[in-house]
Amino acid sequence: MDPFALKTLNAERRARRAAILVTDMGDGRDRVVKEGDVVAGDLGAALAKAFRTGLSGTAEAEGRQFFLNVHLPQPRLVVIGAVHISQALAPMARIAGFPLEIIDPRTAFASDDRFPDVTLHAEWPEDVLKHCPLDRYAALAAVTHDPKIDDFALKAALDAECFYIGALGSRKTHAKRVERLLGMGATPEQIERINAPIGLDIGAANPAEIAVAVLAQVIAAFRSRGLGAKAKSEAA
Amino acid sequence: MPSRFLDEARDPLIIAENWMKDGKDVAIATVVETWGSAPRPVGSHLVIDAEGTFHGSVSGGCVEGAVISEALDVIESGKPKMLDFGVADETAWQVGLSCGGRIRVYVERLG
Repeated sequence: MDPFALKTLNAERRARRAAILVTDMGDGRDRVVKEGDVVAGDLGAALAKAFRTGLSGTAEAEGRQFFLNVHLPQPRLVVIGAVHISQALAPMARIAGFPLEIIDPRTAFASDDRFPDVTLHAEWPEDVLKHCPLDRYAALAAVTHDPKIDDFALKAALDAECFYIGALGSRKTHAKRVERLLGMGATPEQIERINAPIGLDIGAANPAEIAVAVLAQVIAAFRSRGLGAKAKSEAA
Repeated sequence: MPSRFLDEARDPLIIAENWMKDGKDVAIATVVETWGSAPRPVGSHLVIDAEGTFHGSVSGGCVEGAVISEALDVIESGKPKMLDFGVADETAWQVGLSCGGRIRVYVERLG
C-alpha cells in the first residue's frame, strides 16, 4: 500500500467522508477515490455502486482486476425531541445500525429514566450542534412539534446536506414551517428535501409504527444517497 | 486531529499509519474474497509490524498466525502475497477455518 494513499484514506475517514481504496490486483498499485470524484467507464460504475451499498469487493474493468475497499462513515441518526416516537425509535435504530442521539431541552422529556442506554442531550439544538455538527452522513428527524426546538435543527440539517431530513406534523403544519424556514434563509430547493409528513406511508397508527416508518425512510435515503442528484444532472 | 467517530486505539489502518510515522516496517493484510461462512467480511484488515505485533483480524483467530508469518516475509521481500484459507485438511496450509468457509487474504507491505 502506498503510504500517501493510507494517509489520504485515514484523513477522509477521520473527517467522516466516504472513500474507496482501489487496488490493482495485477501490479499492487493503489489510490484513493473520494465520493464525488469522477471516474469513467466500468470502474466508475463499480465505484458508484460500491459507494451506494458500502460493500467491498473485486471488480473487473479494462481487462484488469481491482479490489475496492469501501470506507463509509458510520451513519448517525439525530432526533430532535425526546418523545414517545423516539422511545420506540431508539432501540430499532440501534439494531438497524444507526447509532441514535436525542436532543431535547425539555428535561422532563429528556430523562435517563425514559431513555436508558441512549445518548441524550437535555439542551437546545443550537448548543449541541455547535459541538457535534451535522454532516452528509447524519440523518435528522425533528419530532417535537415545537418550532422553537425543531426549526433551528432543520435549517442546520439543510445546510449540512444531511442524507435524510424528516419533520413530524401535518401538511398544514408543514406549510407554516416552510414559511418560517424561507424566512430563515433556506431556499425552496433545500426545503424540498424535507420529508414531511415524516416517515414512509405505511398507515402508521401509533408511536411505534411511526418509528418503523421513519427508520424505513432513513434506510431508503441512505441506500439511495446521491442518486437523485445524479438522475437530475443526467437529465439536464 | 483525533476523531470521536473512529476508535483510533483499535483501528488497524490508523495504527498502521502511526507505526509508519514511528519508522516501523508494516504489512497490511486484507480479506479480499470470502466463500460460504466467513468470520470477517471482505475489506477487513490485519496489520503487522516487523516484530510480529498485530492489530485487527481477518478471521476469528483461526488463520491470523499464518498470516502474520507470511507478513514478515512480505515485509522482508516487499512482494505482495495472495493467501487462500479453507477447511484445514483440504488445503496446503497448516491452519484452516473451522467454520467451513474459505477466505482469500491479500498481504502487502506499506510503502
